Amino acid sequence: MMNCAIEVNDLTVVRGTRTVLPGISFTIPTGQVTGLLGPSGCGKSTLMRSVVGVQVISSGTVTVLGETAGSKPLRDRVGYVTQAASIYDDLTVAENLRFFARILAATADDVERSIGAVDLDDHRDQVVGNLSGGQRSRASLAVALLRQPDVLVLDEPTVGLDPVLRRDLWALFHELADGGTTVLVSSHVMDEAERCDRLLLMREGRIIADDSPAAIKASAGVEDIEDAFLALVEKEAAT
Amino acid sequence: MNPRITLAVTGRVLTQLRRDPRTLVMLLVLPCLLITLLWWMFDDLPGNTFNELGPGLLAIFPFIIMFLVTSVTTLRERGSGTLERLLSMPMGKGDFLVGYALAFALVAVVQSVLAVALSVGLLDLTIQGPVWLLTVVAVADAVLGTALGLFVSAFANTEFQAVQFMPALVIPQILLCGLFVKRELLPGVLEVISDCLPLSYATDAMTHLTTSSSTAEVWQDLAVVAAFAVAALALGAMTLRRRTP
Repeated sequence: MMNCAIEVNDLTVVRGTRTVLPGISFTIPTGQVTGLLGPSGCGKSTLMRSVVGVQVISSGTVTVLGETAGSKPLRDRVGYVTQAASIYDDLTVAENLRFFARILAATADDVERSIGAVDLDDHRDQVVGNLSGGQRSRASLAVALLRQPDVLVLDEPTVGLDPVLRRDLWALFHELADGGTTVLVSSHVMDEAERCDRLLLMREGRIIADDSPAAIKASAGVEDIEDAFLALVEKEAAT
Repeated sequence: MNPRITLAVTGRVLTQLRRDPRTLVMLLVLPCLLITLLWWMFDDLPGNTFNELGPGLLAIFPFIIMFLVTSVTTLRERGSGTLERLLSMPMGKGDFLVGYALAFALVAVVQSVLAVALSVGLLDLTIQGPVWLLTVVAVADAVLGTALGLFVSAFANTEFQAVQFMPALVIPQILLCGLFVKRELLPGVLEVISDCLPLSYATDAMTHLTTSSSTAEVWQDLAVVAAFAVAALALGAMTLRRRTP
């Protein structure tokens, strides 16, 4: 199935004594922006970590671009941005990007383009530790944009951002998807659902809906995704 | 491993150090101050105790300081998510470890050159062997400290714990390395333990350089220290996991 960038089959993840993912399966199509939506603590981050291949999984398979998640050929094809900014606080924005660029064999132009894409040109020579939370997560996001990856996994990248920048970033995600990148974005804010081509709604480790935003709303017979989410949860509780 | 990536890590660690001038000054000046203190303590006493203890301290300081600095820095890297990010990129574990070891070895060269120059030039430490070899031994000790610090950081969850590994792993080595009681005069069991600890060989090498101009034994001790450092780096590599629970 070459039109599926990510294929998850019966994935079970146990962390400590808690089963975070109880055996879930789904596929994510290539070249689309897929949103992973659900409340905090429902297993979104664990699922994303499994897709990137940094999570120890108990059973099941995760296949990305036809390879096992986390395997060597994927390491420069999959970009990953964690929820907490994973960059060096004691380096400037530009120094951080130049360092990661050397790891990824990206060019000086890529560094400039990435800084521009997250609108940090004015802060490029500031030490990251002195930036605001939103600016730090943008710097972290910029690292993932250094080389256009085939798959981009973003864990809550737009939390706490200015609405204008949030809009611009979503536009950027779609631009990347148009260029062939498969984008998987998580959020606990339901109003971001409308910006996705496709949605995975998640609750307590399980996928409760997997379709386009319009189809999910239509099948629940409601006007917005938040209501659809509630309807799905209630329907499930009734059965 | 890939030289481009290894050197990128080295360059980054050095830039981070440059951003932290207080740490950098302490790294370079502290050993000199402590050696001067030791010299001063014995200044009014008969005999030449400084000459007996000084070389051992030249071996121990770079070891302790690099152990502490490296265990805390790598722990920070594990905690901040940057290590996870790097390991999801085309970065080999060897690139990461050797990159760190190179950066700190470079600092150790400067640190040791300063400490040795001060001891030999101003404090009248007399050395029979070549002075440059004294520096080589000090650098090897620093690399050993870096390697052990990298390894230990895997077993600490907080910076408090990392610092506690100092008394646990470093102080016994200092006590048994021959500085307080000559190694051959230790009780049998302790002598065997002392034979298994890398710092004993580092101190032996230093002491040998002060008392004799032959270098064969120094190279042997140096080889043992280097072997320990490589083993600690290899163990450190095993603690870097791409997948975590």
